[in-house]
Amino acid sequence: MRILASYLIGLVFGVGISISGMANPAKVLNFFDLFGTWDPSLAFVMGGAVVTAFIGYRYALKRPKPILEGRFQLPTRRDLDRPLILGSATFGVGWGIAGFCPGGAIPALGTGRTEVVLFMAALLAGILTAKTLQRRRASRLAAT
Amino acid sequence: METAFTPLQSLSGGVLIGLAAVLLMAVMGRVMGATGILAGVMSPSDRSDFAWRAAAVLGMVSGPAAVWAMTGALPAVQVPVSTPMLLVGGFVVGVGVTYGSGCTSGHGVCGMARLSPRSIAATLTFMVTTFATVFVVRHVVGG
Repeated sequence: MRILASYLIGLVFGVGISISGMANPAKVLNFFDLFGTWDPSLAFVMGGAVVTAFIGYRYALKRPKPILEGRFQLPTRRDLDRPLILGSATFGVGWGIAGFCPGGAIPALGTGRTEVVLFMAALLAGILTAKTLQRRRASRLAAT
Repeated sequence: METAFTPLQSLSGGVLIGLAAVLLMAVMGRVMGATGILAGVMSPSDRSDFAWRAAAVLGMVSGPAAVWAMTGALPAVQVPVSTPMLLVGGFVVGVGVTYGSGCTSGHGVCGMARLSPRSIAATLTFMVTTFATVFVVRHVVGG
């Protein structure tokens, strides 16, 4: 049941990304190209998604617990630290270079395009590298 | 490369993305972040978590096929950058979202909708550096 529900929710996300233009790097990069071939469409994607989630979360979180799980698992940290800001800044640089973000690229994989496979391979390599560095740092800190 | 302004399509796509985030919260009690779901598939903390995340990824990948079934056309994927840029960009995105604990979906949609100060700061930060990077790539280096 959890698997079927997750698949269908992923499908809604994938259809949304596909029709919004977020899976299309040309459109994404044009949104950020204010002084060139500017295409403001992505502001409508973000606006539609954030407003829908803002309203929907009010109702979803009113329940004592989620439908198929024992409890809500929400991020609780509120502090701004260096990894958050530097990591996000780094993410933006990569997004500006390639034009894909993770949520845009995963559905784009379904078009079977080689470029998406290449991006995803590099993305996974980046995630694995960063996770390894984080683990090493954590064990070094634990040892001292 | 010019692209057409598509406010209605983009808005309806955005509403579906938001709806998926609401459904994942209502059903699974989780924030919908592509980074978190992907990282969870790569190093699952336990097997039941792996299963739902893998199913969500499969659902996402099925998106274009569903669009094709409804409209008869696959969504456009136009890649105006070279292969080395795709690879470098992909790697940099992977490192950034891991340290930054999220990307456009997790911070930009779910975190913003929850008014999380961390997500608002993260989203402002990556929007600024993406604008700056595209400006440098297209108008300083490539200009």
